[in-house]
Amino acid sequence: MSRTPKPPDRNTPPTVQRLRFRYAKRGRLRFTSHRDFQRALERAVRRAGVPIAYSAGFSPHPKISYAGAAPTGAASEAEYAELGVAVRCDPQALRAGLDAALPDGLDVLEVVEAGSGALADRLQASFWEIACPVEAAGDLASAVEAFLARDVVEVERLTKNGLRVFDIRDAVRRLDLTRPEPAAGAPSGGTTDLSIPCAILQVVVRHGTPAVRPDDVLAGLRLASGLELPPPHRMTRRSQGPWDEESGTVGDPLAPDRDASVTS
Amino acid sequence: MAVESLFPRLEPLLPAVQKPIQYVGGELNSTVKEWDSTQVRWALMYPDAYEVGLPNQGVQILYEVLNERDWILAERTYSVWPDMEKVMRDNAIPQFTVDGHRPVGAFDLLGVSFATELGYTNLLTALDLAGIPLEACERTDEHPIVLAGGHSAFNPEPIADFLDAAVLGDGEEVVLAISEVVREWKAEGSPGGRDELLFRLAVSGGVYVPKFYDVDYLPDGRIKRVAPNRSGVPSHVVKHTLMDLDKWPYPKQPLVPLAETVHERFSVEIFRGCTRGCRFCQAGMITRPVRERNISTIGEMVQNGVEASGFEEVGLLSLSSADHSEIGEVAKGLADRYEGSNVSLSLPSTRVDAFNVTLANELSRNGRRSGLTFAPEGGSERLRKVINKMVSEDDLIRTVATAYANGWRQVKLYFMCGLPTETDEDVLAIADLAQRVIATGREVSGRNDIRCTVSIGGFVPKPHTPFQWAAQESWENVDSRLSKLRSAIRSDRKYGKAIGLRYHDGQPSVVEGLLSRGDRRVGRVIRSVWADGGRFDGWSEHFSYDRWVKACEEALAGEPVDLDWYTTRERGETEVLPWDHLDAGLDREWLWEDWQDSLDEVEVEDCRWTPCFDCGVCPQMGTEIQVGPTGQKMLPIVGVSQTRQAELVAPAGSRDSG
Ligand code: SF4
Repeated sequence: MSRTPKPPDRNTPPTVQRLRFRYAKRGRLRFTSHRDFQRALERAVRRAGVPIAYSAGFSPHPKISYAGAAPTGAASEAEYAELGVAVRCDPQALRAGLDAALPDGLDVLEVVEAGSGALADRLQASFWEIACPVEAAGDLASAVEAFLARDVVEVERLTKNGLRVFDIRDAVRRLDLTRPEPAAGAPSGGTTDLSIPCAILQVVVRHGTPAVRPDDVLAGLRLASGLELPPPHRMTRRSQGPWDEESGTVGDPLAPDRDASVTS
Repeated sequence: MAVESLFPRLEPLLPAVQKPIQYVGGELNSTVKEWDSTQVRWALMYPDAYEVGLPNQGVQILYEVLNERDWILAERTYSVWPDMEKVMRDNAIPQFTVDGHRPVGAFDLLGVSFATELGYTNLLTALDLAGIPLEACERTDEHPIVLAGGHSAFNPEPIADFLDAAVLGDGEEVVLAISEVVREWKAEGSPGGRDELLFRLAVSGGVYVPKFYDVDYLPDGRIKRVAPNRSGVPSHVVKHTLMDLDKWPYPKQPLVPLAETVHERFSVEIFRGCTRGCRFCQAGMITRPVRERNISTIGEMVQNGVEASGFEEVGLLSLSSADHSEIGEVAKGLADRYEGSNVSLSLPSTRVDAFNVTLANELSRNGRRSGLTFAPEGGSERLRKVINKMVSEDDLIRTVATAYANGWRQVKLYFMCGLPTETDEDVLAIADLAQRVIATGREVSGRNDIRCTVSIGGFVPKPHTPFQWAAQESWENVDSRLSKLRSAIRSDRKYGKAIGLRYHDGQPSVVEGLLSRGDRRVGRVIRSVWADGGRFDGWSEHFSYDRWVKACEEALAGEPVDLDWYTTRERGETEVLPWDHLDAGLDREWLWEDWQDSLDEVEVEDCRWTPCFDCGVCPQMGTEIQVGPTGQKMLPIVGVSQTRQAELVAPAGSRDSG
């Protein structure tokens, strides 16, 4: 008679391939939290029949790793994750299958076979667009000036370990305000109504600990200018990737993988 | 005329509320139809937070059954959290559906499913936010018909003022019948307005319309009589019973939420009804007789549900799942089929016998073993006779011994406190039982790290059960018994640490008791609690006992009745009960005899295996027990996901071709 339940006699197949993908969180699905997305992805993986590899042990979990998820409520065109499969898959077919299994608004944009190096290490900076009510454009412009003029901007954020105060000024590598975008022809972000005229803040933040989020930047603008700025319509991460200090640009984190798979 | 989506107005407000994902809809397998292409429109509500309401099977089934008809539109709505309620009031956003974000007030019908009475105040919040007058008598032709269903609708009297109608029993067929009546009436140009529509529904015999019934009271506060005040309306309204569940294999398209909810699994109801005759169990009594799904339907539903949802866990649901006549075959068939996959299977096993352990072993072949659950309900042998839970202490010990011997480390035991005739000794017997469970477990497993969790709920006498006449125990007595039990368990050095005890205090049970057995006068209490800010009474952090006590005192002032009158008072044989005109099929005399038998500690058998003991359901409802065995086997199948997988797999040699 067995005394302890033995781990299931499942010969967990090894991971034969790792795939990295970029996905978008659009429209109303920007309200998914990171946990919500994880659950949705795991279910989609099963529905799509992805031969996902599992960890061994009592409660095996699918081999999926996530990096630098956008906060709940923020849209994104540049989220990344990596999954390990037990049977080699065709990245194109996987992209289509996974995208079809995910709800509209969680869209898989690209899948590549993983090359060497960790994906997380390449996610060094983000480029955000924050759309604000157009009436606020004047106030915003002066707030941006005040922000940029400062050496230190300390914002507060409630974390698991209580209220935390940290400087965000150094992480903000670029901050400018573009003029109101025309209502027509705005890129559609799923179901979000983009016909509302807005002024757009463009922000590049260098990732660090804690990561500076777009709402921290707004808090910083308020702090630096003393203005009560109206809440933004939406915040969208346009890109995320390696930071090039020289050119001041955010690169494509999947480029090395893509290059590797072409040359191999 | 099309109804506009409220989403554009809602969206900018969402970043300010907790868990905004619960308000955005778009769940996998959800439906948004065009408003104008349909003739009858239902808003279906589960009156609790989204995380509790979304997994509700009843709502999911009706949502699907209704939406399958091209002339019907059904959307869902849930209770909004207090922070959202404030945002909606500040911005004049009405109660909305999560599918099309349409205002609930624009629908033809608002169907509310009540699994528990503690959702009553949430109904009022939703009505008020929707701009629908709280009192049914103030509504006009512009407002939806507000209709209640679910177990609590078997006594809708406490919310009668707020309802236009109520439906008893299984909903699948009756929602379609109601839709037909509404369609016809609308096609005729809505003759006679709201009143005429309600009358048509009432005379159909399957819908209870409270306003067509008058209640008279005796000077001492008891009910004198309940009688129709309109000719053509039936004197008794009967429950609906769906026969042949195999013809209704819902949900076929289970809703898969993005937000986290209380049940993250796909559930298949393997049979409906229960004939074990536990005297405290309203669900068992009002869902008779037993109607089994056959093994092939179960197999298909599980397979389809897993494919359609991507859920990793499957629950085999019913009031007593191990009682299915082919449960052994079902468990083996499913375990074979999903062996080696990551689909885990569970059976809420409450029957206390070794067979259950065998089933649980079978279903957990995949390796997941959380805890085994048994429900002896009463601590002492005597009390278990009173409640007709036929299990002896030796049965229980034998069962848990088998469980621990098979490698389970944790066993959960469910009990109730406050049962009729209960004394301190009956409750303290739970401690002895738990200690014997641990002692036995240590002996058979040879280990010290085994546990037993004792979970105790307060007993509430429910309508349509033999205990409907019983006095509810006061919360003071319940609390004092539970604290004695706690010290008895804690003070035991040898076993105390291995026993976990979970219970709630007794006050919420009193309110549940008031709402369960209340009559129309209780409506005033509910309204006053709600006006005072009462919301989410099923949540301990929102529940306020004092608020209910105060509301009872004020709203019932001048009446010969009060909170105790409704709860801790025993009723006599001839007293007219508020739900006597609502027919669950159970013979009232049989219920009374069973109540008397209970006091004499006489047990009754399960009528599924023994001859009928004349509870009255089958002859009265024209139904019959439907059980197998069919003798069929569940066949292994090649799943859709395997087919899909083939599409994703790279052709051989693809590694070099890149
Ligand atoms: S009428 Fe007889 S067979 Fe039918 S549920 Fe009642 S006791 Fe059982």
